[in-house]
Amino acid sequence: MTLDVLARRLRRDLGDGAVITDPATRRTYECDGLTAYRSMPGLVVLPEDAEGVQATVRACRDARVPFVARGSGTGLSAGALPEADGVLIVTARMRRILDVDLPNRRAVVEPGVINLEVSRAVGPAGWYYAPDPSSQQICSIGGNVAENSGGAHCVKYGFTVHHVTGLEVCTADGELVRLGAGRAAQAPGYDLTGVFIGSEGTLGIATKIWVRLSRSPQAVCTILAAFASVEQAGAAVSAIVAAGLRPAAAEIMDALAIGAAEAAVSCGYPPGAGAVLIVELDGPEVEVEAETAAVTALCGEAFEIRTATDPQRRAAIWRGRKSAFAAVGRISRDYIVQDGVIPRTALAEVLREIERLASAAGIRVANVFHAGDGNLHPLVLYDGTEPGALGRAEQVSGAILDLCVSRGGSITGEHGVGVDKAAKLPLMFGPDDLATMRLLRDAFDPDGRANPGKVFPTPRRCAERGGGVPAPGRAAVPTARTGDGDGESA
Amino acid sequence: MSLDLLEAAAGMARAAGPADTVGGRPAKYVAAPGRPEQLAALLARCAAEGLTVVPRGDGSKLDWGTPPSTVDVLVDTARLAGVLEHPEGDLVVTVGAGTPLRALQAVLSRTGERLALDPPSEEATVGGVLATGEAGPLAHTYGFPRDLLIGVQFARADGVLASSGGKVVKNVAGYDLGKLLCGSYGTLGVVTSATFRLHPLPVARAWLTRPVHRPDQVVEMVEALAASPLTPAAVEVDLPPGNGRPVPRQRGGNEPAGPAMLAVLFEGSALGVPARCHAAAELLGAESDQPSIVDEPPPWWGRYPFGAADVGLRLSVPPAELAATVALLREAAGVPVPVRGSVGLGVLHAALPGDLPVPRLAEILATVREGLAGRDGWCVVLCAPAPARAELDLWGPAPGLALMHRVKEQFDPRRLLSPGRFVGGI
Repeated sequence: MTLDVLARRLRRDLGDGAVITDPATRRTYECDGLTAYRSMPGLVVLPEDAEGVQATVRACRDARVPFVARGSGTGLSAGALPEADGVLIVTARMRRILDVDLPNRRAVVEPGVINLEVSRAVGPAGWYYAPDPSSQQICSIGGNVAENSGGAHCVKYGFTVHHVTGLEVCTADGELVRLGAGRAAQAPGYDLTGVFIGSEGTLGIATKIWVRLSRSPQAVCTILAAFASVEQAGAAVSAIVAAGLRPAAAEIMDALAIGAAEAAVSCGYPPGAGAVLIVELDGPEVEVEAETAAVTALCGEAFEIRTATDPQRRAAIWRGRKSAFAAVGRISRDYIVQDGVIPRTALAEVLREIERLASAAGIRVANVFHAGDGNLHPLVLYDGTEPGALGRAEQVSGAILDLCVSRGGSITGEHGVGVDKAAKLPLMFGPDDLATMRLLRDAFDPDGRANPGKVFPTPRRCAERGGGVPAPGRAAVPTARTGDGDGESA
Repeated sequence: MSLDLLEAAAGMARAAGPADTVGGRPAKYVAAPGRPEQLAALLARCAAEGLTVVPRGDGSKLDWGTPPSTVDVLVDTARLAGVLEHPEGDLVVTVGAGTPLRALQAVLSRTGERLALDPPSEEATVGGVLATGEAGPLAHTYGFPRDLLIGVQFARADGVLASSGGKVVKNVAGYDLGKLLCGSYGTLGVVTSATFRLHPLPVARAWLTRPVHRPDQVVEMVEALAASPLTPAAVEVDLPPGNGRPVPRQRGGNEPAGPAMLAVLFEGSALGVPARCHAAAELLGAESDQPSIVDEPPPWWGRYPFGAADVGLRLSVPPAELAATVALLREAAGVPVPVRGSVGLGVLHAALPGDLPVPRLAEILATVREGLAGRDGWCVVLCAPAPARAELDLWGPAPGLALMHRVKEQFDPRRLLSPGRFVGGI
């Protein structure tokens, strides 16, 4: 009944078109990019601006119901999983770029603005917005802020937190608060912008975002090196880093992932490669030339090297890599996209261990990873129609995270914790650490109304399991998965 | 409360001496824990006794910020020092909070690495740099301490040890509490160790310097550089007061001020750096003001323009508003004001004469803050002689202050950590 009253209030405040009560339409919002978790939102609201978000959050406050923010819904950790008895606040109509200030290298955007739209708006003038999650054509800046999204180029340029200098946020009690320096670089006080970014919607909703604009590099060179083995490709990355070079991206695909990409998009990578390494160098032309020569020399074990500097040929090299997640659907009915991080130097050892885990379980794992920063995306392949296959896949997928943590790494490099990995967070943090993090949560949202059930381990709720998953389980991903995510950059 | 109990907790403690003060407030005790567990036990003991605590590294910035209301125990981090983990080839390092930054850089340079932080206080410890969020010219490219810190362990006011982040650069698991600690002036916790992302030492470095005559000329040059593809590593300007008044160099003592100057650092390959320097010289040169390309920084590079007797200001403004800000400050002050800073970022430091009457200083600050209000501009007093320090509003307005109070309330409800030192009386 509470939600009915809430819906009436919000229709009055925001207009009929902003409030969705119809079950069939609400159902379209029941999951984000991680479709294994589903829960139909009690109410869906689509505000047009910050004041609309504020009105909605205030209504939630008064009615004591939880709210969940959703951008484009491309996240891969069920971070935007709705609450059945709560309100889903969708920022998709907040798509205005409010200001572009080139002299100060800033833009101010609403949270629903699509990542790539920022670069499109300032590209003709020679600028761009650096974080580039692979879903950048559809993911929203607000989602990027929630997840602290990276991208293939974050190894050199950093994550969302390095490119957002200020926020306006709506707190759980419905206050609109300006945080951070905005057009300046530093503001007095605690770095609340810094902790808000990556807090997965649990500290409030960003309603305006000040983003730093970067100068488009003068030159870009993409190098494709084909190796007999993943070990050789990994060794080349180590040699590149040891030589003091700073690639803008360094990506590796193993033979299984290459095979899938060939089947899907005929990317034409060198036949017979056990692994391909894609290295991108960017910056002043003179530096890129020197670095290209150095990287090429350090890939001495490669049996074929291609370099490209013009946009078309560069795109051709990237095509296989960018299609890799979706392409795996060509070689497997179902698969789980994992996201873990290890110290880069542990790469060869960890990949051997993943291979061992996989063969012991009779499962195939395709490996695609951001080699420059040790961020692995193992794709655990299985057939959901085969009894027990999902369970084995989940077991391997979970064991891979355990492996990452045991080598001093992380359970997530970019997809976020969300609901999916909340139970895994204690692998990295003890009770005192988690209790300390909760202090921050309590400072922002003492009643726990903002995106409840995310990040922190809680007893599992039944609403989180559901339709489309062939067996009771956690991280199963149906074939329809595209591998795109607000927090994902593969 | 006996010294014995503090010593039992920390492993080392003594009664405070005359030099053990924070912003003029004398401490009662000095304790120097040697391990994180000792720090935790010390803070738990202090919490049990209701004692206030201020952490101290090298003490280079201990007098920054508002004097704390009381200092019962100074926590000396000197024994929490040393490189704890520096795995080969991973470009990360974990160090104790009491480690001098200079010592850390020396260790890292042996393997061709660096922590890309070059704060002006060269004697500073890692913990002190984090607590004040201090950065130098390299912030232009690499950001502030918060941008390089990837993991942190700290002791809370109640003596609980907590960690966030990790030892890999890419990691979004849990809240990033390191962000909160950076620049928090010891009001939320005491850092025991920190893990940083490292960068390779550049093969080549060179500075391009060029005299400048007016602040608006600096803005034009900074915009031209930013719009160029030359990617300078740092862009600094020195605007001396223009009356021949000596400007403190912090290291070399006072020297007569030179002409106003822009200096741009380029880092990269042996071939690339000279080529980019020459391209920048073409971009920025004029017939009468030919740039010089030098392989040592100018003497003022990376140093504050204020000394112990001055009121040291930090102004953070949108870079395009540099000229207006300098004019605003100089007009408000009515006296020659040396200004120096990272103009590409809009972070400037300035010195007001410390012998100005406190009401006059307050008036100058109020005028400057009013002029910057609503323009994303802030002016804080970093340091000042004792009377001014005690009476001025050193911090001014801060965006999101109410939320900051709530954060403090959660982390340190009894206000035992550096009470009153931070924005809004936090």
